[in-house]
Amino acid sequence: MNAVWPHLPILQVVVPLIGAVLAGFLRRAGPAFAVALAVSWLMPLIAGAMLWQVLASGPISYHIGSWPPPWGIEYRVDVLGGFMLLLVSTVGAVIMPFARRSVAFEVEDGQQAWFYCMYLLCLTGLLGIVTTGDAFNAFVFLEVSSLSTYVLVALGRDRRALLAAFQYLIMGTIGATFYIIGVGLLYLLTGSLNMADIAARLGPEWAGHSRAIVAALAFITVGVSLKLALFPLHAWLPNAYAYAPSWVTAFLSATATKVAIYLLVRFFFSIFGVAIDFRELPVTDIVIALSIAAMFVASVIAVFQTDLKRMLAYSSVAQIGYITLGIGLANQAGLTGGLVHIVNHALMKAALFLAAGAIFFRIGTVRLSDLAGIGRKMPLTMTAFTVACFGLVGTPGTSGFISKWFLVLGALDKGWWVPVFLIVGSSLIALVYVGRVLEVVWLREPSAAIANASDPPLSMLLPLVVLAAATIYFGLDTQWTAGIAGTAVKNLLGGLR
Amino acid sequence: MPTLAIVTDHYHYAITIFLMMAGLYIVVARGNMVKKLVGLSIFQTSVYLLYVEPGKIIGGTAPIIDPSFTVYSNPLPHVLMLTAIVVGMATLALGLALVVRINEAYGTIEEDEIFERDRET
Amino acid sequence: MTAALSNENLAVMTVLTPFAGALLIPLFRRSPNLRETVTLVTAGTLCLLTIGLLGPVLDGARPEMQILRVVPGLDLAFKVEPLGMLFALVAASLWVVNSIYSIGYMRANDEPRQTTFYVCFAVALGSTIGIAFAKNLFTLFLFYEALTLSTYPLVTHKRNEEAVRAGRLYLLLLLGTSLLLLLPAIIATWAIAGTLDFTPGGILAGKAGVPVIAVLLALYVFGIGKAAVMPLHFWLPAAMVAPTPVSALLHAVAVVKAGVFTVVKVAVFVFGVDNLSSLGQSAWLTAVAGTTVIAASIVALRQDNLKRRLAYSTISQLSYVVLGVAILAPISLTGAAMHIAAHAFSKITLFFAAGSIYTAAHLTEVSQLDGIGRRMPWTMAAFTIGALGMIGIPPTAGFLGKWFILTGAMQTANWLAVSVIIVSTLLNAGYFLPIVFRAFFREPPDDGHGPAHGEAPWPMVLALTTTAAGSMLMFFLPGIPYALATLMMGR
Repeated sequence: MNAVWPHLPILQVVVPLIGAVLAGFLRRAGPAFAVALAVSWLMPLIAGAMLWQVLASGPISYHIGSWPPPWGIEYRVDVLGGFMLLLVSTVGAVIMPFARRSVAFEVEDGQQAWFYCMYLLCLTGLLGIVTTGDAFNAFVFLEVSSLSTYVLVALGRDRRALLAAFQYLIMGTIGATFYIIGVGLLYLLTGSLNMADIAARLGPEWAGHSRAIVAALAFITVGVSLKLALFPLHAWLPNAYAYAPSWVTAFLSATATKVAIYLLVRFFFSIFGVAIDFRELPVTDIVIALSIAAMFVASVIAVFQTDLKRMLAYSSVAQIGYITLGIGLANQAGLTGGLVHIVNHALMKAALFLAAGAIFFRIGTVRLSDLAGIGRKMPLTMTAFTVACFGLVGTPGTSGFISKWFLVLGALDKGWWVPVFLIVGSSLIALVYVGRVLEVVWLREPSAAIANASDPPLSMLLPLVVLAAATIYFGLDTQWTAGIAGTAVKNLLGGLR
Repeated sequence: MPTLAIVTDHYHYAITIFLMMAGLYIVVARGNMVKKLVGLSIFQTSVYLLYVEPGKIIGGTAPIIDPSFTVYSNPLPHVLMLTAIVVGMATLALGLALVVRINEAYGTIEEDEIFERDRET
Repeated sequence: MTAALSNENLAVMTVLTPFAGALLIPLFRRSPNLRETVTLVTAGTLCLLTIGLLGPVLDGARPEMQILRVVPGLDLAFKVEPLGMLFALVAASLWVVNSIYSIGYMRANDEPRQTTFYVCFAVALGSTIGIAFAKNLFTLFLFYEALTLSTYPLVTHKRNEEAVRAGRLYLLLLLGTSLLLLLPAIIATWAIAGTLDFTPGGILAGKAGVPVIAVLLALYVFGIGKAAVMPLHFWLPAAMVAPTPVSALLHAVAVVKAGVFTVVKVAVFVFGVDNLSSLGQSAWLTAVAGTTVIAASIVALRQDNLKRRLAYSTISQLSYVVLGVAILAPISLTGAAMHIAAHAFSKITLFFAAGSIYTAAHLTEVSQLDGIGRRMPWTMAAFTIGALGMIGIPPTAGFLGKWFILTGAMQTANWLAVSVIIVSTLLNAGYFLPIVFRAFFREPPDDGHGPAHGEAPWPMVLALTTTAAGSMLMFFLPGIPYALATLMMGR
């Protein structure tokens, strides 16, 4: 154990990578799934061990090939990183059992092994982005995860999945290229790619170069915002989420956008925030304005959707607005709210998309009009769905309430009353779109077409129920969410100028 | 005179930015998916220039330590761009693969025709 | 038993009992008799537990218990204080009666989905007790929303287009106001006061000036949609599509009383009465409550549908409680608390009677009730007592609450409130007495094939006579409610 212990950061990336290669070579769906499951269940242990270590004794710095930073690539895990690693790997672990049947149903036989291979690659990339302390390395991992994501989206049965994947590829690549341009500008300014080193070198003495810094900030913000689907750069998301295989949608909604948000937080608070007081720039104001626009516009669009997955996708755009609002508020309560919402939204949206997957598994459609009365045919699935819906609205007793609580406190901290009402007002629109579905699902008579539907098998039901239960649990006990997020925020804000 | 100096000192940036904008414009303006990918590649290529150009130090030599040289070019950007090229190539390959599949599924690679066909069904 | 069961545990058990019942009921869904037994046993247990708490509370005990800490400072905690005790006592005792009534009503009308009905009912009651015993605003808010959500399936019980539409309005108005107005008010209270615990004297006292307090008070009064202060009252008439037992216990007692209870609680323990009156918040609140009292009464006059008339009467009576708060005199607050109890008994009697008429004669409109008193003497006698309670005529408990509120209004020379009470009493008489008159003194319509109906099933008659008797009993023996209502101001 002692031999492994210091190498946890690199294992976090290497294990899924080897798993991906293995799954690719196995070629058959069953063994590939077994590999994916084993890797997925191992990852939270590694992440948990690292978070525990970080909370006990401060950030972990791991030097690849023993080259000390800033020359070598440094893997750095602090509280925020550990928190995100645990989230991503836990979501993967919890929803993995769901994949077997769902993927077998939605993806062609010959492609299933590749599916698991791509998932593991994607996991490698996502965990890598969070682990690495090197801006360029983050780009590489960003593209590893993105490229595998495009493939995963394209594996959907509907031919529109191909188009969605292509559009996502174009948008995603533009985003990544913007990001790398920004990193390039920073590199030109400082001669370093290590995030901590960049922050240290961009000191007050670089005030004269503020224009280049601002340009870098702008490029990185736009690039990462494309990846995280900040309104109005979200155009790729609804199609990708709607046509990707159900399980992929659940995984992506819970992890991919969230990791991009992590990257934004990292750049804002660990690099630009340390180097220059970016709060003097209009960046936060722009982020806040776009976040609020996302909360409203996307929610309203969600109200008019006729397809459950599309509706949930637009809801994701709106909910991402809550998170970025927390980033824009940039104070203790606000940012805590944003980070907490990363976890809370990940869990409830995964539950919702899994429920959509379970419905698709049983009746082969997720059009709202076909879902009449399905609550009585799939009671457990739809109960879990309903709980997660309450989470979206933010009723007290669910995790969504906790996020909102902190966000509103953050806005009140600044004495902003208008955003307070906008935050609670937008959750009212959430109530409308969620209520529309729940009404159809519970109050209508079941049609003949769904007469034979029933709750899915246990391997699909259990992840769903666990996630829904987590939505309630984290609404009542926030030690693991708000507690750790609060610590992470304290560290982030403590380093700001 | 200073204007001229700015031009001579920074013309490579102008080339980079021109490529960047041209690539991005093609991506946005063209409906043909292959052309979009071409634009995307140009856009990415401009980034290679952005990184590599400043790495060259005038009068510098390859970074092999030798007592007779004191000024070296920076090798790191080249290494970085090697990675970026790999990433770009993978993106292009995947994009083209998707275009092939789209062509099989829709019988066209023009975006507006595809939208039309989706609307029909 | 007593040694092991401290008051604290007793309080927690009281809150948990209905939820436990809700978990048990579905297990017996195949056997209606057993299922109903579970409901009755749960209701009985709850009633006994609350009575068990009554003694200690009257003796000055204030059992409290923290269940868990959600965020530092944000606790799920209970504390039994006199006002909550009064509310819990009313809800728990009426649930027993209502359960008997429900069984009669649901079976006689052959309603579908009865298991869901009883489960939701139990959850709603549990939430009500949670509201009553909440130690802080967060706990109260939690159960407040739970109450809304658990009553939604009851409102939409019929599942037809009308019920679904009513359900939409219900959810949107109740959840909407609470999320849009109440929640910001709570969070702002937290930001200003640094605590959400209900504290005698008020946690906001001396912490904020007039404009902030006025805004917050408005957010609370309108945010507590369950209190049905105009113009946020539309959900209540809409909710009348629910089966009558739901209208009776939930939309005459539990839900709406949870609303006004919260208003009283917030006024006394968050703002502090002295604080509010020194900041001159009485006038506008009196005006808002007074308008609701009068306007709702006038609307009630024009309703032909019996349940809708009762609903508007409820809106008007609820604002009496708000009025009692607005007067900001200790005695009027006592009156407000008394009125919560008194109106509960009278209004549930009226709804029971309406449901009983619907079950036995299938009549829903006031104009159809000519001579019905001869066929259903028990029902209409009880209805009359309930109506007297609404108007506030002795010997009914309704008189007491009104009396105290009126006294308070006179003491503080709040002539607007005095005139509102007088005018509304006349209006109350104007829309209730004609029904009584019709029922007893008009000839039944002679259409040849008049339905030869008699009384409703015995469980229903039993229930409605019990509550009518209770309403009179409270007039003659007001000791317990009065004691609790006066105790609430202290400590």
